[in-house]
Amino acid sequence: MSVYQKNEVKEVETSRTLSLVVDNQPGTLARVIGLFSGRGYNIESLNVTEIDKIRNLSRISLVTRGNSMTIEQIKSQLLRIVPVHIVRDLTLEGPFIKSELALVKLVVKGANRVEALRIAETFRARTLDVTLYSFVFELTGKPSKLDAFIDLMRSLGDTEISRTGVSAISRGHKTETKLLDQI
Amino acid sequence: MKAKNISGAEAVINALVENGVEVIFGYPGGAVLPLYDALFENKKIKHILVRHEQAAVHAAEGYARSTGKVGCVLVTSGPGATNAITGLTDALMDSIPIVCLSGQVPTHLIGTDAFQEADTTGISRPCTKHNYLVKDANKLCEIIHKSFDIASSGRPGPVLVDLPKDIQLSNVEYINKITKIEKHHKDNFFNIDKDLINKIATLLLQAERPIIYGGGGVINSGPEASKLLTELVNILDCPVTLTLMGLGCVPNTNKNFLGMLGMHGTYEANLAMHNCDVMLNVGARFDDRVTGRLNAFAPNSKKIHIDVDKSSINKVVSVDYGIIGDCKIVLSALVQEVKNLHNQNKIKSKTKWWSQINEWKEKDSLGFKQVGKNIKPQQAIKSLYEKTKNFDTYITTEVGQHQMWAAQYFGFSKPNHWMTSGGLGTMGYGLPSSVGVQIAHPKSLVIDISGEASFLMNMQELSTIVQYKLPVKIFILNNEWMGMVRQWQELNHGSRYSESYTASLPDFVKLAESFGITGLRVDNIKNLETTIDDMINIEGPVIADIRVEKEENCFPMIPSGAAHNEMILSSDDNNKDTSNQGLALV
Ligand SMILES: Cc1ncc(C[n+]2csc(CCOP(=O)(O)OP(=O)(O)O)c2C)c(N)n1
Ligand SMILES: [Mg+2]
Repeated sequence: MSVYQKNEVKEVETSRTLSLVVDNQPGTLARVIGLFSGRGYNIESLNVTEIDKIRNLSRISLVTRGNSMTIEQIKSQLLRIVPVHIVRDLTLEGPFIKSELALVKLVVKGANRVEALRIAETFRARTLDVTLYSFVFELTGKPSKLDAFIDLMRSLGDTEISRTGVSAISRGHKTETKLLDQI
Repeated sequence: MKAKNISGAEAVINALVENGVEVIFGYPGGAVLPLYDALFENKKIKHILVRHEQAAVHAAEGYARSTGKVGCVLVTSGPGATNAITGLTDALMDSIPIVCLSGQVPTHLIGTDAFQEADTTGISRPCTKHNYLVKDANKLCEIIHKSFDIASSGRPGPVLVDLPKDIQLSNVEYINKITKIEKHHKDNFFNIDKDLINKIATLLLQAERPIIYGGGGVINSGPEASKLLTELVNILDCPVTLTLMGLGCVPNTNKNFLGMLGMHGTYEANLAMHNCDVMLNVGARFDDRVTGRLNAFAPNSKKIHIDVDKSSINKVVSVDYGIIGDCKIVLSALVQEVKNLHNQNKIKSKTKWWSQINEWKEKDSLGFKQVGKNIKPQQAIKSLYEKTKNFDTYITTEVGQHQMWAAQYFGFSKPNHWMTSGGLGTMGYGLPSSVGVQIAHPKSLVIDISGEASFLMNMQELSTIVQYKLPVKIFILNNEWMGMVRQWQELNHGSRYSESYTASLPDFVKLAESFGITGLRVDNIKNLETTIDDMINIEGPVIADIRVEKEENCFPMIPSGAAHNEMILSSDDNNKDTSNQGLALV
């Protein structure tokens, strides 16, 4: 006997943006990702880079989905990982900013080239590369804005997409300085 | 203090000594030769040469669980490290503090598929609390020191340190442990909220049908926690039940103890859980073997959960009150508060609750009939308990029916005297674990309660037992079956006994003799007690081959996917069809 049935309380799943501060050392990211795959949680978006060279810290911005019990589990499981120092639930904390960068290559000829440039201008995308047959655009902003732009580009020609994943930060004057000093 | 330059390997050994290591369980190989060289003629650390690396970890687990100290392991790279993986997973599941040092190929060869190279940190990542690959010799000492802190703080667990051979050979400066290491800060962050303690104390005092359910966390928290839990039980005069991992933290002789709960728990423990109005869980994790079907688990109760690991709270069962903290710290605040409120006469009468519980007890769910000359396995454990209860006895077990019978019929009056593989259920745990226990307690009586199939999984450790003259007693309940598998096949798979018969068993008496130790055999109930006496009285290790009733089943039992109040007490009860969903469960 064992209870591997799903928890029957069916609660709505919501998307959550988590912000982690971790040691920038080999294995940390593997542990974070291993936690998600090993316990069957989703990662919708993941973005990692060093943010403090002196203290050797990285930020992981992570978008996941689940009901509130699952999200609580994810957060406490993340905090059990030794090199994970801070786990913040930005969605829960209050207003926050989510931003992402996309590089979009579009292979396009003829009249559609003008259309592509016009759309890029509307979206305030930058043109980073041009050939007679193609463009590379760079666009930053909310993921939904990036989605919309990419959809339009796809209808104009063959595309190749590279996205960074969401990077997130809370609004207002509060910072993590105090928390970081405890590490 | 800065010491003169020494080798990395010497620094590692010094760091072990500084962290209180007296014994290390290991097995040598090319990638750890410098470490073995540093151990050679070292007077401060005793090395115990096991016969398989899995056994090294189980031995360290037995050592750790029976002493409360960190168990230490040393294995070579590649196969040495991969052999240790089952042990590490076992320690992770049961929250046992272990530091495992593994050798690794030299740093410049990592990634080249060098001889005996394995991605040890990669393989062990999901089965350790934390692990390190040491690439910089200057960080060596600090990493060893940290490993011990991580293994033993918060919720304990295994830590692996992978040591490339060139790091072991390099010159380093020994760095002492910083005297007051602020332990891993997250683990020490306990928020004992006074109002919450007051609420919980009030709830417990006013409950009409309270129950306390304790687990391995109480044991891990140290003997003080067990004392406090017993005190709480006595003040509240409420029933208490323990998980498999918690046995011993309240003495079996305590009148409020209802026995173990869960799949093979007693009728009264499970029904009291099902019908309680307030449940206090101390250091247990609502394991699926304990809760039964979740949506029918203690349906009308307020639940309180004390655990050192935040992720255990609300993981499978949502509770009304969760307190994160070390059991002994929380319990001491709670006991104090209960005492304060108790003086103000705030306690509800529990006469009705106790008379209900006593009614359940009358079912005598652990009752069995010893008739005829065949030995009932239950009787074997009962007699073993009677014969050994006045000694300082440590019990280890393997996994299967014998393990459950040991939990049901052996009485544990103290914490740290019961070593079993609970979370992972690792056959082959008991024998090596008994090695670690006996090393830690050379004068005590150490018994591995074993099944014949499990025994075969790590029986090479007989050689270790003989080498170190460990007077371990191996009490094999030999039913010639993988009994627990056979039982499930009988109950759930129409008695189709697929591959569960243990054929071609050795003659255990001759096996013992071939190692130069004593073997005993008994197959008639009238000789059971004298055989147990002999086993205890003969100096040195003994294998006792106890031929028991072959097709005995382990009851009571909560069948697949059932609730606490749907227990079956004997084979005759099992006329319900098992659902497909139930069959899918483990
Ligand atoms: C390493 C391992 N493999 C398989 C199992 C599955 N299993 C659980 S109990 C059991 C049978 C154990 O037989 P035995 O040791 O003779 O004990 P008995 O149940 O007969 O008392 C098996 C195969 C396990 N728990 N561990
Ligand atoms: Mg058997």
